[in-house]
Amino acid sequence: MEKTQNNKAWFLVLPVLVLVAFSAILPLMTVVNYAFNDTFGQNEFFWAGIDWFEEMVTSDRLHEALGRQVLFSLIILAIEVPLGIFIALNMPKSGFWASFCLVLMALPLLIPFNVVGTIWQIFGRVDIGLLGHTLAAMGIDYNYTNDPLDAWITVIVMDVWHWTSLVALLCYAGLQSIPQAYYQAAKIDQATRWSVFRYIELPKMKGVLLIAVLLRFMDSFMIYTEPFVVTGGGPGNSTTFLSIDLAKMATGQFDLGPAAAFSIMYFLVILLISWVFYTVMTNLDREENR
Amino acid sequence: MSRITLSKLAHSYNPNPTSDADYALKEMDHVWQDGGAYALLGASGCGKTTLLNIISGLVRPSQGRVLFGDRDVTDAATTERNIAQVFQFPVVYDTMTVRDNLAFPLRNRGMDAAYIAKRVGQIAQMIGMEADLNRKARGLTADAKQKISLGRGMVREDVNAILFDEPLTVIDPHMKWELRTQLKDLHREFGHTMIYVTHDQTEALTFAQKVVVMYDGRVVQMGTPEELFETPAHTFVGYFIGSPGMNLLDAEVSGSEARLGGVSLPLGATYGATTGRTQIGIRPDYVTISDEGLPVTVKRVEDVGRHRIVRAELAGQPLNAILAEGQTVPADPRAAFPPAKINVYDNDWRVSPMGA
Ligand SMILES: Nc1ncnc2c1ncn2[C@@H]1O[C@H](COP(=O)(O)OP(=O)(O)OP(=O)(O)O)[C@@H](O)[C@H]1O
Ligand SMILES: [Mg+2]
Repeated sequence: MEKTQNNKAWFLVLPVLVLVAFSAILPLMTVVNYAFNDTFGQNEFFWAGIDWFEEMVTSDRLHEALGRQVLFSLIILAIEVPLGIFIALNMPKSGFWASFCLVLMALPLLIPFNVVGTIWQIFGRVDIGLLGHTLAAMGIDYNYTNDPLDAWITVIVMDVWHWTSLVALLCYAGLQSIPQAYYQAAKIDQATRWSVFRYIELPKMKGVLLIAVLLRFMDSFMIYTEPFVVTGGGPGNSTTFLSIDLAKMATGQFDLGPAAAFSIMYFLVILLISWVFYTVMTNLDREENR
Repeated sequence: MSRITLSKLAHSYNPNPTSDADYALKEMDHVWQDGGAYALLGASGCGKTTLLNIISGLVRPSQGRVLFGDRDVTDAATTERNIAQVFQFPVVYDTMTVRDNLAFPLRNRGMDAAYIAKRVGQIAQMIGMEADLNRKARGLTADAKQKISLGRGMVREDVNAILFDEPLTVIDPHMKWELRTQLKDLHREFGHTMIYVTHDQTEALTFAQKVVVMYDGRVVQMGTPEELFETPAHTFVGYFIGSPGMNLLDAEVSGSEARLGGVSLPLGATYGATTGRTQIGIRPDYVTISDEGLPVTVKRVEDVGRHRIVRAELAGQPLNAILAEGQTVPADPRAAFPPAKINVYDNDWRVSPMGA
């Protein structure tokens, strides 16, 4: 059969294109504009070349923020992924309690980010917070506003509380797709619990795990609201992650040029890491097929 | 190895069964002799898989006991029972190679490496996959997966029994025949008790010494292929075995005579009074169409290759007959029934003649 060629169909994409242009591309271009120019307001721009980029690439402040950011993402991935898998493995498979667990797990995901921040900000306070006060009463010296380690622990626990559900729910969906016959065959073959996990459950969860890790990585790498509400990046700069630093630079100090250069590089880094990540994971998959 | 006894066994997937219909398996007593090769036949949903899962210990029966020899294993775990089972849904461990798949049950039981290598080699040869041993199981075709699944079931030599749940459904006919032969050889060599579930009656009749027919959660008959053919114990067996199945005609039976639609038919024996729906059953193979006997209306004649099937009507009820080679249908066709080949059914169950 002859396929009819009709290029008019492209017009149907036009509205979306226009929308995306206004909502994403134009603002991005503004950022690009700031990144390569210097301005003193009044819409006057002076060409700055890659000065801002050079300044940012060599800035200690950015290096430190980047270091904190990477550390943060690695820690929460190292906690949330195994914990999420563990929870998914132990959730009931059917019946009332399965639905109950699903709803319970979904709850943290439904709370707006700044509310999560506020919850933990209050929860952790030594004077009125349930957690902070209890810890203090137990004689543990905990104060996230003074102690960098406590601040980190608080921010990490908060993230784990907020997002482990996502990993767990994704894994749970992967587990539910395993036919009962696999478990039965494993029993007949006298497989150990570990073998069942290693050869049946993990391979089936791999696809969703890839998505979970990617989502959690990107999200944690861009985290802003929650730590900002809880610690405001402090004490000192100890919990100042990249986006918090960026916001401080742009809206706090009005260093729009460096901030713009910074955000472009930030964007590219996330894109790059996600891409590398995805490629490595899918290649692993292909290799296994052979 | 030992005899497997199912005693007063019944199973319902519903934890609080209220009626008979809630039971996937109705109460049964059944014995599988040690070293027997059984085929388990039955329509979809009649409880074949459930029965196998109870024998292997994957499902605990809601009533009754399972005995291996004299030992009660009703509450024993699958591992303790030492049974191999090939599942209806072929299970392969995707991330393992074919070799590791086949070796898996042996490794888990701590066999030594030299023995495993030898045994895996033998099995790979049986299922014709020696060339693929080092391939990852993922990405193999459906029939290769089914062969691996079958191979894993056969790899252990010391099992009490091997249960096959429709193990050859997606394998092409030639390979199917070959694998069935391999299974028979395996049976001859090791003498395992084998239970082989299938929908396919030719498969059942060629594999097994004894065929067990299930219907609606019950074992309705166990017998040799010949017994199933000549004296089906239940109308379902008559209908399910043979092609086309047994003719079943509503009739009134009194003594040694059956009456249907105003005509009477001599029976080979004398029967007592029936209590429910009464039918007489006769195989199409034994019905002769000629100018003698009861008048029938021929609807059509089908040529199925080996022979021709006459689709006819006798007193308003459908009747099939197989035409002998070179035979023609006369202008005024009549059907004759050899009295000795007629079975009588009361509420679907066969009635034994008096004095038999
Ligand atoms: N896990 C289960 N939970 C609830 N009901 C089930 C379960 N497994 C089977 N059943 C029901 O029990 C009955 C018998 O099922 P079973 O799988 O034993 O049939 P089968 O003879 O193996 O059928 P098939 O030829 O389709 O494989 C069916 O009505 C089925 O719906
Ligand atoms: Mg089945």
